[in-house]
Amino acid sequence: MATKKFLYVNRKPPHGTIYALESLEVVLIGAAFEQDVTLAFIDDGVYQLLKNQDSSAIGTKNFAPTFRALGDYDVNKIYVERESLEMRGLGKEDLMPLTWEDEDDDWAEKDSIHIVSSTELAEIIEQQDVLLNF
Amino acid sequence: MKFSILINEGPYTHQASDSAYHFTEAALRAGHEIVRVFFYHDGVYNGTRLSVPPQDDRNVCERWSALGQEHSLELILCVAAAQRRGLLDEGEARRAGKDSNNIAPGFEISGLGQLIDAGIQADRLVLFGD
Repeated sequence: MATKKFLYVNRKPPHGTIYALESLEVVLIGAAFEQDVTLAFIDDGVYQLLKNQDSSAIGTKNFAPTFRALGDYDVNKIYVERESLEMRGLGKEDLMPLTWEDEDDDWAEKDSIHIVSSTELAEIIEQQDVLLNF
Repeated sequence: MKFSILINEGPYTHQASDSAYHFTEAALRAGHEIVRVFFYHDGVYNGTRLSVPPQDDRNVCERWSALGQEHSLELILCVAAAQRRGLLDEGEARRAGKDSNNIAPGFEISGLGQLIDAGIQADRLVLFGD
């Protein structure tokens, strides 16, 4: 099977609409297809990665812990736009840590999340074959 | 060129399905190939056969059925999105113990893998939604 570069662009907050949850469902299913997968979080999408999320008061499923499984599916290129974070008064310390184990480097635990500028993100988008916007 | 189409919004509330229909129809007319049309999120509502719009309006759901049958298009509704929203084919209805099904002719329920595969097979995946 051909390998393509898939980029999932997450632009919406985790709750309020179902887009974020159903986007994550595509990413998890897609991981089984052994494609080159990258995730980007921009605009209100950065809220999806906030740590200590608790949705019990609104009665919706808190799917944030599922992001932690991505490393096990070899989904370890997660880019968060710096401008979107700053505009919302957030920094990397507000995001949940997401890591993966690099089997080519003695299973060293590495950070999956990279904070990038919108210019850098534009370059990443430019390199992709398939863009899925949620 | 080989196109795959992804529709993420339901009919009537949003123009996504109309735009996707016009794009698909024009692409076919111009001799392009449509690998698959995949319906996700509220887009699965495009696949109901129980939609009854006013007579002076377009029939978004029937129009997809007709185009699909004319060109043997794969019109795929995501199973997880469809089940949540009450879109069931005969098999799904039976499995879930429901008294009816509501999938329009030409539509088929399948998994998200069909969306990833559509991205792999096509030269361009074109997304219609917000």
